[in-house]
Amino acid sequence: MAIIARKPYDFPPADSVEHYHGDQLIYMCWGHHLMFAAPFMTMASPKTSFGEFLKTALEPIIALDPDAAKVDWTKVEWTRRGKAFKPALDKSLQDNGIVHKEYLRFDTPGLNTVCG
Amino acid sequence: MPSNVFLVLQSNDDTRAIVDAIEIDNPKATITRQPAMVRIDAPNRLVVRRETVEEQLGNPFDLQAMHVNLVTLGGNVEEDADEFALYWDN
Amino acid sequence: MDTKARQPKLGLREKYRLLTRDLGWDPTYQTRETLYPYAEYEGIKIHDWDKWEDPFRLTMDAYWKYQSEKDRKFYAILDAHAQNNGHLNITDARYLSAIKLFLQAISPGEYTSHQGFSRAGRELPGVGTQVACQMQALDELRHAQTQIHALSNYNRFYNGFHAFVQQRDRMWYNSVPRSFFDDAMTGGPFEFVVAIAFAFEYVLTNLLFVPFMSGAAYNGDMSTVTFGFSAQSDEARHMTLGLESIKFLLEQDPANVPIVQGWLDKWFWRGLRLLSLVGTMMDYMLPKRVMSWAEAWNIYGEENGSALFKDLARYGIRKPKGWEDASKGRDHISHQFMLGLYQWSFGTAFHGWIPTDEEFAWLSEKYPDTFDRYYRPRWNELRKLAAAGTPFKNYGLPMLCQTCQLPCLFTEPDDPTTLCHREVEYKGERYHFCSSHCQEIFDHEPEKYVQAWLPMNQLTQGTSGGGGLENWMKYVNLVDGQDNGDFEGSQDQRNFAQWKHNSVSNQA
Repeated sequence: MAIIARKPYDFPPADSVEHYHGDQLIYMCWGHHLMFAAPFMTMASPKTSFGEFLKTALEPIIALDPDAAKVDWTKVEWTRRGKAFKPALDKSLQDNGIVHKEYLRFDTPGLNTVCG
Repeated sequence: MPSNVFLVLQSNDDTRAIVDAIEIDNPKATITRQPAMVRIDAPNRLVVRRETVEEQLGNPFDLQAMHVNLVTLGGNVEEDADEFALYWDN
Repeated sequence: MDTKARQPKLGLREKYRLLTRDLGWDPTYQTRETLYPYAEYEGIKIHDWDKWEDPFRLTMDAYWKYQSEKDRKFYAILDAHAQNNGHLNITDARYLSAIKLFLQAISPGEYTSHQGFSRAGRELPGVGTQVACQMQALDELRHAQTQIHALSNYNRFYNGFHAFVQQRDRMWYNSVPRSFFDDAMTGGPFEFVVAIAFAFEYVLTNLLFVPFMSGAAYNGDMSTVTFGFSAQSDEARHMTLGLESIKFLLEQDPANVPIVQGWLDKWFWRGLRLLSLVGTMMDYMLPKRVMSWAEAWNIYGEENGSALFKDLARYGIRKPKGWEDASKGRDHISHQFMLGLYQWSFGTAFHGWIPTDEEFAWLSEKYPDTFDRYYRPRWNELRKLAAAGTPFKNYGLPMLCQTCQLPCLFTEPDDPTTLCHREVEYKGERYHFCSSHCQEIFDHEPEKYVQAWLPMNQLTQGTSGGGGLENWMKYVNLVDGQDNGDFEGSQDQRNFAQWKHNSVSNQA
């Protein structure tokens, strides 16, 4: 569908990647860990390795959860755009195909202390 | 099953006569008194009649003065100088 | 001798005809199309504007008379409140979080609504509608003014009231109501009226004002009760305008039905998302509770809404699409929202807190199927952390919904253990939503919502004060350690206790 307007109606999106000074946004959701009320919005350079991104951008903000210290990133189950996803920890976000404003969900079966 | 229409008025000296009049003219109405307000529900139709309010009040009354003390209502509205009605068509 | 009945004053109908319909005219040196350029582009077909009915038949002279009476009542009470230290009569200073949220999120919306109705009154070609919209525009302006005036009495004593004007534009949670009204205002005049007068005022406003004002009454807040009732008496007229407008549109042409239904679907959902703030106030912020959000939804949503849509069925109108999901969310949304507000309270211009044992008991009684099972364990964990001196502060930025701009904190309608998430790609960009309905709204007019000013995204772009929490706080006029954080240990808590004590003691 398209907007109904009296004149041509075309404006640039407010959040395209060029607004982020060389970085990109990545949304992260920890499945069944609802102590965190909403998914996180994180930011990193597309050149960062996925493992480095997890360590620097994600680990500090999920540390509050009693399960956080026990997460083993090599065993986490990832979902991207509704499908299972296997990112390589040593490859960059870009090379893993993680685009600007990508939403990734990770599940840690067996690790569900508060909301299990 | 009929749907209820409803009228909520502030609970104060101005509305006492209106609520009494509603009670007289609408035998099927249910009146619930809540903090600071009075809620009146009735199946399908509810009327406020000027004459009855005037009898209760002992004074002339303009139905539009109800605007000052209205809290909310539910239903289609029909108003003239003598009667204010709420109704559902179904 | 015949006693001749005294000629009555003008009858209501005659007066209405003269003072409303008779004010219109047919343009001669301009075409109707030039005069009303926005009247047709939305696709709404009107054949006869004279069929538009104002059931109240309120004319401007009567309007001024009753409005001035309302204002006199309002100011009499407001003065008494200020002269008698009315602020000390509230149940607890915690209550003020609800009022701060109201001032920041709702009052500016009244002002925007005033602008919107002024415009609708100008753009809609029927004289009856013009007069009704003009009255409503004045009402909304009065509401904004009386609310700001009433709450200025609290601003003299408590934190978090001082910057509502700036916070309306900059504070993250206020982008929810702001985008709601901006969205309505940037629609055409018919969409605006259906959105605000019908979907919001008729279907949903009772959920905002009635429980909120009873809440104020229960909690000893005389000034809020007064502005609330003073505004609410106008709302009944607005609701009637909303219902009349929609019946008029539906009766004028069958082609209007699907357009109106689409607006209803959209605006019901946008309104419901906005009101999740209110549910949270009712279930968590009122020290003395009135009714739960679930109970309010049952009465004002389920019961009254069902009667309304049964009545509209003859036009081919059905309940809004999101209705069922709204009912499914009934027992969850306030808990999910408050858990969010608590963990982000370092970034709110009101206080958060962990409910007391007594409040836990109330919540589990009101929400027997959900509170103990899903939410009590989380609150218990938060309590444990607070008791250990490591309160749970979530410094991660939340992902916002592209449409409603709330953090995506609500769960799937059929699975309260999974956060709801929808995403689409549009012109090479990815967009995310809190619900199917917010996604549908986007899909319908993507060109509009790609421009959304999402506060969290702006923060990371560096446009909100230059980056970093400290700069952001300056940018939103938030005084750290005063306006924000836990109520426990706050200046508001200390001052209220001290002043209450002083009010009954001769020792300072």
